[in-house]
Parts: sequence; structure tokens; C-alpha cells
Amino acid sequence: MSLNDIVFIALAGITLLAALGVVLSRNIIHSALFLVLTFLGVAGIYFQLNAGFVGLVQIMVYAGAISVLIIFAIMLVMDVEPDQTNLFNQSTPTIMAGGYVSVLLAAGLAGAIWFTKWPLSAVQVGDQGVEKLAGMLLGPYVVSFEVAAILLLVAVFGAILLAKGVEDK
Amino acid sequence: MIGLAHYLIFASLLFGIGMFGVLSKRNAIAVLMSVELMLNAVNINFVAIEKFVTPGTGLGHTIALFVIVVAAAEVAVGLALIISIYRHKKSVNLNDFNLLKW
Repeated sequence: MSLNDIVFIALAGITLLAALGVVLSRNIIHSALFLVLTFLGVAGIYFQLNAGFVGLVQIMVYAGAISVLIIFAIMLVMDVEPDQTNLFNQSTPTIMAGGYVSVLLAAGLAGAIWFTKWPLSAVQVGDQGVEKLAGMLLGPYVVSFEVAAILLLVAVFGAILLAKGVEDK
Repeated sequence: MIGLAHYLIFASLLFGIGMFGVLSKRNAIAVLMSVELMLNAVNINFVAIEKFVTPGTGLGHTIALFVIVVAAAEVAVGLALIISIYRHKKSVNLNDFNLLKW
């Protein structure tokens, strides 16, 4: 067992436990903090997969921006006891069905992945930095890149408009 | 030896946890957080396949970056919608969001 394997197992364990914490916490602030830990664990997995730039973007966008946005939204809408802000659905059959579907999906996917013969590449390359990424984004995928920029602009306007609300005449 | 299959199985477990949160939580913001978990699981797949199947092309990283952009837009609009509904209903409980049900 190499160091790489130990690091993967540690990161995967932390990430999965934090993800369970997000879903199982009764206090939604705790859920949000576990979500930050999950994002950082996933960023560690990206670093381990030689994707340094994607890992940094993950830390900045997810662990930085999105989690702050979520915590602000929680502060704006929290009006009951903190320990009862993040409960499960009232109906037990709904939870049972949700758990059944999720376990079935995860187990089915894991089995399918395990028994698939993957077309693994023989060559191994290290971290390429942003060079390849820039070539892709400004080469074959330049239209998608521009559409993503317009999407972000529209999302900012939409979010401001929705959160501001319509004033009553 | 950790290979591609381990990363993909880890991602599918994360996806399953996120899906359980989406299907069983009462709070709308908790559902949004679980959707983020699912998007992260998908991103791990893209980056892992980039490393093990098509190394050096940058394709998986590009798609992962686009997923992050769309997820950021989605969470901003989703939280604005939740705040807007909270202003009318004074609640973030998904069971109270039945305006379109008859």
C-alpha cells in the first residue's frame, strides 16, 4: 500500500463522513459547516488526481463563495429553534422510499463500475497546469465558454430580481 | 492499489448520500445542499476519467469547470427563490410549498 493509497482512503473517508453529516445533522448550520468540509475533501481528491487548477477552483468557488451564500441564506430564513431547522420529512414512508432508492442506486452503480472493463490509458502524465485547459476553453470549447459567461450574468440578474421581490403598488 | 474503479465507486457513494438528502429532507436549503453533493460526485467522475482514460487532453477538467460554473449559477438562483418564497409563506418547509398543487 503506497502513500497515494493511504491519502486517498483518508480523504475519501473524511469526505463521505462529512457528507453523511450534511444529511443527518438536525441543525442546518452544522449541515452547512459539514458541507464546507465535504468540499475541501473533494478538492483534496482533485489535487490527488493531478487536477491542481480544478482543485483550486473548487476551494475558491465552492468552499469560499457558495458556502458563504448558503450560510447567509440560512441566516435570512431561520426563525425556529436551531436544533429543529433541518429535520427529515414527517412521513416515514417517504424517508424509507428515499433511502431505498438511494441505496439501490449507489449499490447498482458501484457494482456496474466494479465489473466494467475500463479502457485504461497506458501513459501516465503529471499535472499539466492550466496550459491544456486554456487551449480547450479558448479553442474547441470557446462557444461554451462564452455561453457560460452569459449564463453567469443572467443568473446574477435573476438572483437579484428574485431576492429583491416585487413591490406592492 | 487504488485505481479508477475506486474513485468512481467513491463518487457513486457520494451521489447516493446526496440523493438520500434530496429525497428525505424537509428544509429547502438542505435539499439544495444535497444537490451540491451530487454535482460534486459527478465532477469527481470527470476528473478521475481524465486522469486514467484520456490523460493529457484536458477534456475532463474542462467539463468539470463548466459543471462548477453551472452549479454556482444554480445555487444563486435557487437561494434567491427560497428567500422569495420565504417572504410570502414565512417558511422553508417543502411541505408548505404547494401553490401549484390542486
